[in-house]
Amino acid sequence: MNDLLNQLRLIGDWLTSSQQWHGDEGIPQRLLEHLTYSGLSLLFAALIGLALGLLVGHTGRGAFAVASVVNLARAIPTFGLVVLVVTLAGLSTTPVLVALVALAIPPILINTFEGVRGVDPAARDAARGVGMTEWQVLLRVEVPMALPLILLGLRIAAIQVVATATVAAYPGLGGLGRFIVDGLSRNDYELVIGGSTVVVVLALVVQILFTALRRVVVSPGLRV
Amino acid sequence: MSDGEPLVRWDWIGDHAGELADYTGVHLRLGLLPVLFGLIVSVPLGILCHRWRWVYPPVLTVANILYSIPSLALFMIFVRYTGLTEQTVMIPLTLYTLSVLVPNVVDGLASVPEPVRQAATAMGFGTVRRVVQVELPIAVPVVIAGVRVAAVSSISLVAVGQLIGQGGLGYYITRGLQLDFPTPIVTAIVLIMLLALATDALLVLAQRLLTPWSRSKVTSS
Repeated sequence: MNDLLNQLRLIGDWLTSSQQWHGDEGIPQRLLEHLTYSGLSLLFAALIGLALGLLVGHTGRGAFAVASVVNLARAIPTFGLVVLVVTLAGLSTTPVLVALVALAIPPILINTFEGVRGVDPAARDAARGVGMTEWQVLLRVEVPMALPLILLGLRIAAIQVVATATVAAYPGLGGLGRFIVDGLSRNDYELVIGGSTVVVVLALVVQILFTALRRVVVSPGLRV
Repeated sequence: MSDGEPLVRWDWIGDHAGELADYTGVHLRLGLLPVLFGLIVSVPLGILCHRWRWVYPPVLTVANILYSIPSLALFMIFVRYTGLTEQTVMIPLTLYTLSVLVPNVVDGLASVPEPVRQAATAMGFGTVRRVVQVELPIAVPVVIAGVRVAAVSSISLVAVGQLIGQGGLGYYITRGLQLDFPTPIVTAIVLIMLLALATDALLVLAQRLLTPWSRSKVTSS
């Protein structure tokens, strides 16, 4: 118990010292880097994953290919991929972003696909029966009904991107992982645990944002 | 990486075969023991959540919050208590499995048809015997579907543990970066993926052996 209090005091001291809040190595700058990497990767992954998932889910073609690719992608060690990209392409942001996008696509793709495929065929037929075009069926019936799963996919992708962006500090990228990696190499536990705390808070905020988003956009008729 | 350096130098792999095998063994232990511990925790927890539904939402929320914490940060929080040891990697990995395993145990138990439950009760099964001998076996396919997801992601996450010196095959990932030499990194990635996919295949096989009655039906993953 005493130890926990000490740890909390250590974190408190680190978070409130003013040098943490200014300059290129302060929390705001690192947080901005982290949010830029994560936000950009998630945006591109969402564009690709949603488009492909809706296409495959709506037409039903390529379902097996999607399932196989996603299964294989889940086995990729993200840490290894990021380090490999840096070793091959040198230390720059773009290759790492490409790797992050590649890692974020599978969860979005599979959940969008499962969501659309799982729509009650009777609802789909009824929509066609009242004269909706294929686009209307997709956008007004299938997407709203698939939203809970689509959001789940986006949430899993966001969690993974935030975590992998942390690890990307090891081969030299910025972001919040810098505190942890630098602290480890300097044996500065205060820096390590302070940085970890900021990462944990960011992860919690992401989780809360997606829970709130779900409340707002999912049709009340679909809530469990 | 210097020019003219191939992506994979096969002679390096040949020279390091024995060492690679050792690290592969460590990697499997670090990746799979957490899944076993996670299952040991999740089965009773899932049964509790199934019996008393009000327990389920808070348990699920805590599991999801734990899952959302990046592994690197979670490792560091445990370093203070368990040092740079294998436990520091295995405890967070165990916590991560809960967000997949607990819901699958609950869903698996929910998949037991009501007539089956009633038939068991009518045959004189008490609650405990009914759960253990009737409901859990019927839940096995759904539980194993969760174990497959947990095992694959656990095996690929172990590599991050290398940042505290306990990453199994992750050793070759950091080594390759230090030497600016891609062969060990590629080798580690491929071996980790093979371990994950082989484990996945074994779990599918285990499910067939454990639930011979479901063999005629197609179970989706």
